[in-house]
Amino acid sequence: MRRILIMGATSAIAEATAREFAALGDALFLVGRNPDRLTAIADDLRLRGAARAETWVMDARELSAYPALLDEATRRLGGLDTALIAHGTLTDQTAAQASSELMLAEFQTNALSHMVLCTELGNRFEAQGHGCIAVISSVAGDRGRQSNYVYGSAKAAVTAFTSGLRQRLHPKGVAVLTIKPGFVDTPMTAAFKKGPLWATPTTVAKAIVKAVQRGKPVLYTPWFWWPIMQIIKNVPEAIFRKLKL
Amino acid sequence: MSRQALSWGRLPASEQRLIRLVSRFDALPKTAESLLPHGLGRSYGDSCLNSGGALLGTRGLDRYIAFDRDSGVIEVEAGVSLGEIIELALPQGWFPAALPGTRFVTVGGAIANDVHGKNHHRAGSFGHQLLGFELLRSDGQVLHCSPTTNADLFAATIGGLGLTGLIRSATLQLQKAPGSWIRGSSERFGSLAEFFALSAAAEAASAYTVAWIDSSATGASTGRGIFIRGNHAEGPSSTATPKNIRLPFTPPLSLINPLTLAAFNALYYRRPAATARDALWHWQPFFHPLDAVQEWNRIYGPRGFYQYQCVVPMQDAEGVIGEMLQRIAASKLGSFLVVLKTFGSMAARGMMSFPRPGATLAIDFPNRGAQTLALLDALDALTMAAGGAVYPAKDARMSAAAFRQYFPQWQAFAGHVDPRFSSSFWRRVTETEVS
Repeated sequence: MRRILIMGATSAIAEATAREFAALGDALFLVGRNPDRLTAIADDLRLRGAARAETWVMDARELSAYPALLDEATRRLGGLDTALIAHGTLTDQTAAQASSELMLAEFQTNALSHMVLCTELGNRFEAQGHGCIAVISSVAGDRGRQSNYVYGSAKAAVTAFTSGLRQRLHPKGVAVLTIKPGFVDTPMTAAFKKGPLWATPTTVAKAIVKAVQRGKPVLYTPWFWWPIMQIIKNVPEAIFRKLKL
Repeated sequence: MSRQALSWGRLPASEQRLIRLVSRFDALPKTAESLLPHGLGRSYGDSCLNSGGALLGTRGLDRYIAFDRDSGVIEVEAGVSLGEIIELALPQGWFPAALPGTRFVTVGGAIANDVHGKNHHRAGSFGHQLLGFELLRSDGQVLHCSPTTNADLFAATIGGLGLTGLIRSATLQLQKAPGSWIRGSSERFGSLAEFFALSAAAEAASAYTVAWIDSSATGASTGRGIFIRGNHAEGPSSTATPKNIRLPFTPPLSLINPLTLAAFNALYYRRPAATARDALWHWQPFFHPLDAVQEWNRIYGPRGFYQYQCVVPMQDAEGVIGEMLQRIAASKLGSFLVVLKTFGSMAARGMMSFPRPGATLAIDFPNRGAQTLALLDALDALTMAAGGAVYPAKDARMSAAAFRQYFPQWQAFAGHVDPRFSSSFWRRVTETEVS
């Protein structure tokens, strides 16, 4: 039985992943902003087999609140060995490029909060000598594009940060998983036109659980995003700067 | 997001906006368009569509709320499917008390159509297992409805086609089931008279009864078919569930046509497995043989199909259904999917419920345009003359006059319709002048 912290537990990918963990009988500590929705999700996960489903209301942007959060999760689950960091917002690029203030706020939500939580978790897991930190980054972090570079660069920070953390913690028996979903059909992306590249939260969730179980370092999900992103990453800048991506 | 939401019959439909709900605690979306809850889209015609308006996608409301393993009482959000209820409840020995011909329907949709199953003669329809539900009205009120609280809205919402507001959650009383299996038998019958005799004799001992009818048979063989009966049973304690496949594309023409139909029907009727004195089925193939092929509705090709399901009072059932079957066989417009079943005498709880005492015939018709519609109108004339009714969940074409005869209480029901809710079906049958 894993004892799992899920940050951003009301997000579609997090809830779908929590259902997979629940079916395995894991114990879950669910963190989000909306208490009614957290309670509804916790009730559901217990019926789906979760050994425990505890809830905790907080705003992920409160960077000073993380040590207390981890103390509480550890106390209520009787220990902590896995974390899924899944909170975030899909940045409105047009608004964020027009306002430094908004750009910084997006970085607070999508990069700094992940890095603070990874730091706190990494040190605790290093001390206990085991654990797994799974962080949802994005294929958008693989290369900045004009259509979403504020979101993309925040995710790039998360990708680089977790890569370094993984190297540091690997010899200590702690796994760090960088998850890079492509297009996922969730409420966050409700405004987009859907095509064949779109995946369901359940598909992504199953891949995440498998990657956690196998101690995989980086997960592109669905898998076909790996070859797509290899191509996008390797387009020379002289050409890339002219593209309308 | 805007996209075409198809109903199960895959008939051409106009554009409407789909707004996906994610939390049962959210208020209704603020929009000027009319609203209609939409679950898994298994209604065949336009009762689950809202052309020019908005659909409230309820599949995001798919959480279990509470389940008492001792009493079999389960509370779920309205977008949970009956298959998902079975997944949770059957391992604990519980099963829905009324289950329609597919498990891919949501609880909200099952209430809104007061769906029925093969055990109607014993358990009634979906409304009979309903202990209560929460209804969100467009004025912001959340009303708890049960047989004793807000009883008028409870009755209006059962079979109310999603028009009385958004069902957020519902509480059901499940029935005990000793295992994942159904023990029973199947046998051929040579005529409608034989069907009615078999059905009357089987109902006392069998929870589930249903018949398949050979829609190509004519003359003295009219109404021949296969009668199936069964009861819940223990069986091999295997956890493996039957494998599902998917029809991967829509064939350019209906695979069901006059050339294939008679051959299919004759083979199916004559196959040795049609008779089994002591059969043991897993619950999935027994209740839902078609669910094994996902998107089987593509078989009728790009023009889609109609289903006609009527109920005819018992005293005239043999004659009226015999007449219908003769016309269908003569037209060669029918299909392989023909189901005949007798409803029990339990009065439905919904104001607008379809199930009522009598015999109910359901048959698919590939869409062949005007000739199909003319045949369905002729069937309606027979149903109306017999004092029967047609099932709105299956309908895409009944006239306003026919609807008003089948559901004479429709004007009283209209008083319970939420002012911001509407559907393509509702406008079709209520906003047309009837001479």
